[in-house]
Amino acid sequence: MSDDRVLFRGCAALAQGAIDAGCCYYFGYPITPQNDIPEYLSEHLPAAGGVFVQAESEIASINMVMGAAAAGERAMTSSSGPGISLMQEGISYMAGSELPGVIVNVTRSGPGLGGISPTQGDYKQATHGGGHGDYRVIVLAPNSVQEMYELTMDAFSLADQYRNPALILADAILGQMKEPVVMSPREYRAEDKEWALTGAEGREPRLIKSLYLKEGEMNVHNWKLYDKYKEMSQKEPRAEIDLPDDSELVLISFGSCSRVVQTAVIQARRQGMKVGMIRPITLYPFPGEIIKEAVNKVGRALVVEMNTGQMVDDVRLNAAREGEIYFQGYPGGAIPTPGEILQEIEKII
Amino acid sequence: MPEAAEKKVFSKPSCLLPNPFHFCPGCHHGVIHRLIAEAIDYHDIASRAISVIGVGCGVFLYDYIAVDSCEAPHGRAPALATGLKRASPRSVIFTYQGDGDLGAIGTSEIIHAANRGENITVFFVNNSVYGMTGGQMAPTTLEGQKTTTTPLGRDPQGEGYPLKVAEMLASMEGSTYVERVACHTPKHIRRARKAVNKSMDIQLNNKGFSLIEFISACPTNWRLQPEESVKRMEETMMDVYPLGVYKDLAGED
Repeated sequence: MSDDRVLFRGCAALAQGAIDAGCCYYFGYPITPQNDIPEYLSEHLPAAGGVFVQAESEIASINMVMGAAAAGERAMTSSSGPGISLMQEGISYMAGSELPGVIVNVTRSGPGLGGISPTQGDYKQATHGGGHGDYRVIVLAPNSVQEMYELTMDAFSLADQYRNPALILADAILGQMKEPVVMSPREYRAEDKEWALTGAEGREPRLIKSLYLKEGEMNVHNWKLYDKYKEMSQKEPRAEIDLPDDSELVLISFGSCSRVVQTAVIQARRQGMKVGMIRPITLYPFPGEIIKEAVNKVGRALVVEMNTGQMVDDVRLNAAREGEIYFQGYPGGAIPTPGEILQEIEKII
Repeated sequence: MPEAAEKKVFSKPSCLLPNPFHFCPGCHHGVIHRLIAEAIDYHDIASRAISVIGVGCGVFLYDYIAVDSCEAPHGRAPALATGLKRASPRSVIFTYQGDGDLGAIGTSEIIHAANRGENITVFFVNNSVYGMTGGQMAPTTLEGQKTTTTPLGRDPQGEGYPLKVAEMLASMEGSTYVERVACHTPKHIRRARKAVNKSMDIQLNNKGFSLIEFISACPTNWRLQPEESVKRMEETMMDVYPLGVYKDLAGED
């Protein structure tokens, strides 16, 4: 059996995914548990002809990303919870200015300084704003090292396609664990972005801005942004679906937590319980229709998250009328065991 | 009588758009805009220049100077300019920032851009007050100066001292050229023009970071007539903010 697989740590796979997506510019500030990303890129990005800058803060990092994006280049930054909080101003400006760019949040537990163990407490910040104003960020949630690599490449494509920031929501488990990965760089040809600031040579000057003071302008701009988000919601929702027809309960979980849930589902089936599973891959746009259909079909859902209940609100918003929604949360930075989840399944079924 | 042949000796810079400035009477932003436009013409870089505009009265620079432009979040222009310049080294990147933008909320970004020796040009307008938001205390507000948030006059005990940006940035090892100028008399405008031209020349020759600080009047928020404002600049501001070259590692051209 030919084997193209290489053993990679999650953060390094993500960083290589950025290079393989044609990202030449990285700006970032150290914070645990994502330091493998800047360390990897400080070595490999210049070798690939790119630029690595260690910024003075996360605030500077995101603005540097904005600058490189304004020049029409693929650029990214990475951080963890507290640093992502500092970036919210810049992310809002990027959304308002319609600049693409990739932001990686290898989450830690919080609020505040919290801890460096994995949780999913940043779900709402990632998917429901975080910064000021009426905007959305594309949010992708990998659950394997392979996806750390691939979804990073997807994030760059989606960001460019919609001229909008895209965020990878990972966590310390995904960042630190090693798994075999098949790497397949995608062909990326830097396209001529008709809005990029390249110098007004033989054309009218271009302007990238988010300030709209004239009467009615802000209204027009916000509806224009909304139309993009609507298009994303129609075209981009993605989820992994494992839902046999005879399922009596559907488990819903994302990210590293979904790996534990997958194991629990296998164990439950071995014991004769009829359970299925849905794993949202895009957290924004949320695969609400897919979940609605599943809950409608099955009648019961158990949402498992490593927080006190965040994605479950989106599940309820979409599927509360379709069936009963149960929730099991683990916000302490401790990873649930398959056994704990199995107990919950048994209680419901 | 036939008209004598006229020779044009003075004209508007070609990259300066014909829009009337929105600035208040006696404000120096308009002169500074013109000097930048002149320098862009002088170096023939309208097709390569990109402005990164801070938040304040200068935010509409793109309405007046016909080059590619990007608005930066408040204080972040030097970071945004860093990303832009790194991604597009051939472009000539300048930021335009006021004293609140650069001297208060954006101190981190300006210090580290200077310290890295980013090959960008910073135009910094110091009028000792927050203009656009209506006259609040700026980091550059003079001791005893009354503003809408220092009604009794700025007291250094608790409100701090006037921040000396040119002096501070000249001390950074990474900076190349730092000069403080004014533009309220023809003589000062000539000096300022030379400084602006030089700062762009430095960038074009990849010699690194330069900052030109303009001492500027804000008659509206100083509650003074334009003429009185100029007098205040000369009699009070320039004692605290002396004009001159604070650093020049570029040498003569």
